[in-house]
Amino acid sequence: MAKQQQSKMSRALQRRENVAGYLFMLPSLIFFLGFVIIPMFICIITSLTNTNMHDPGMFGSFIGLKNFSDLAKDKVFLKGLTNTFVIVIVSVPTVCAFSLWVSSAIYKLKGPVLSAFRCIFYLPVVTGSVAVTVVWKWMYDNYTGILNSALKSTGILEKGINWLGNEKTALWCIILILFTTSVGQPIVLYVSALGNVDQTLVEAAQVDGATDLQVFWRIKWAQMMPTTLYILVITTINSFQCFALIQLLTAGGPNHATDTVMYYIYYTAFKLTEQAGHFGYANAMGVILAIFIGLLSALQFKLAKEK
Amino acid sequence: MKSNTTRSRVYRIFSIVVLVILAILFLFPLYWIITGAFKPAVDVYAQEPVWWPTEWVQNNFKNLFNKRSAPLWEIFVPFGSFFNNGEKVLLSAGPSAPAAFRWLINTVFMSVMAMIITCATAAMAGYALAKKRFVGRAILFSLIVCAMALPKQVILIPLLKEMAGLRLYDSLWAVIFPTVGWPFGVFLMKQFSESIPGEILEAARIDGASEAKTFITVVLPMVKPGIGALAIFTFINAWNDYFMQLVMLPSGSNFTMPLGIASLQAETSIDMGLLMAGAALASVPIIIVFLIFQKYFTQGITMGAVKG
Repeated sequence: MAKQQQSKMSRALQRRENVAGYLFMLPSLIFFLGFVIIPMFICIITSLTNTNMHDPGMFGSFIGLKNFSDLAKDKVFLKGLTNTFVIVIVSVPTVCAFSLWVSSAIYKLKGPVLSAFRCIFYLPVVTGSVAVTVVWKWMYDNYTGILNSALKSTGILEKGINWLGNEKTALWCIILILFTTSVGQPIVLYVSALGNVDQTLVEAAQVDGATDLQVFWRIKWAQMMPTTLYILVITTINSFQCFALIQLLTAGGPNHATDTVMYYIYYTAFKLTEQAGHFGYANAMGVILAIFIGLLSALQFKLAKEK
Repeated sequence: MKSNTTRSRVYRIFSIVVLVILAILFLFPLYWIITGAFKPAVDVYAQEPVWWPTEWVQNNFKNLFNKRSAPLWEIFVPFGSFFNNGEKVLLSAGPSAPAAFRWLINTVFMSVMAMIITCATAAMAGYALAKKRFVGRAILFSLIVCAMALPKQVILIPLLKEMAGLRLYDSLWAVIFPTVGWPFGVFLMKQFSESIPGEILEAARIDGASEAKTFITVVLPMVKPGIGALAIFTFINAWNDYFMQLVMLPSGSNFTMPLGIASLQAETSIDMGLLMAGAALASVPIIIVFLIFQKYFTQGITMGAVKG
């Protein structure tokens, strides 16, 4: 009896919560559904069509999985996919290891010094990808660039290298810039995670005679696992999305050495002459990219859970 | 034991030295932008790099501001064309101003608008997700978390079609609205709202305060740090979101700072002094904003990650 009464009470309460909850959610939901979820569905649907930029309607005609089978044969796309994976495989572990080392070296420093270091490593992110790219383009420049003249004056190089015009070096130049713009956030996260490590565990281990290195791996590293996981995911997503660098520095060249999926999407949708504005094809690539990122994020979560 | 401490001291000195070198390397591009912007052409094209400008000149900035001109202030009224026979509704005012100035105004307008709308909507939604037990809350929340892992750029092309349909394409609103829709803000505000004690909300309810009043007088003051973090985060992200601006804003009068520099680079890829002046104009204001509010910013990053 009492239970029935309670459920009646809570039903009125539940309705009140529903109304209030959705009213509070409403403004945000309009933007979220309208400009994130709906485009996502349009993306999936158009990837199955031959939609063109110049079509008046939203969707062209349905062509099944043809875009995807074309992509499997598209040499430029496959090259872009390879490059994207090279970028991710190189930059994700190095960003993680580097930011972990920097954070463990700075987290015990005094307040102002700590925040100065944190700011400095975050600055390339704040400076903005375009400004960063423009200045790096100058530094890499064949004739007036500082990199060549520095290497020449120290005697490492005899002749200047055309860093961005060389198929062998171009991708590494981009990875280096991407690296400087990726470590900021992981450092902030690791510094705060290291500060939150349970000190009683650390002290107990030290009393038992554990070395600093043992304390670090057995206790701190284990406790920071969720942070590491999050950093892995955001760095992966960031590396996949690297776009401004490529568009402004090399435009995918030389000879597609720096093409990535993200750049090829843009190129297909806006630049490619024979297929200009082939949105369906571009969206098919978008779907593939999203699937890869989803799979990688899921994998990273699973690996971290097992540990 | 003794050898252990000397070793750790050596390691500490070594790590400080490496850190300082790294810090210099990380600061260098910024230093190069700022000094480059004030270098005369002789220094810019020198074969041997000129570390410090031989003479501080304002030539590069003069060139930048001489480029093109546009009305100082022009606001596109969203959805206005639906009521104006398909014509755009533009409110423009002010004398002609250098294009670079206009880029700056556009960027500030865009970032401030995105910031205000994001903070308002996300604060409400975050509170609802954290404290209201409405039906479908769990599903909505997992949808938001999944969407956060999605690469934003993937949806840009469909978004373009949608914006064209809404007649917002080629206006700053086409960048502002998707920025607001990005679910990170809601997620962040939910994290902050979790810490509001339920008893306080209950007390407000018993006192007869309406939902809206509870939100404004009780919730908002308690999540203020969260709003601060989200505001600065959104502001910087909107300012620097080059790809979205590139896709949505094709015409020159809507250019933002990043687009402006990119267009300068396409036109005069060799005038490095001019490009550095543009880069300085784009990055120095946002860096100053960042340095002022960096405490909130760090807090936002860490809160956005907890349990992420």
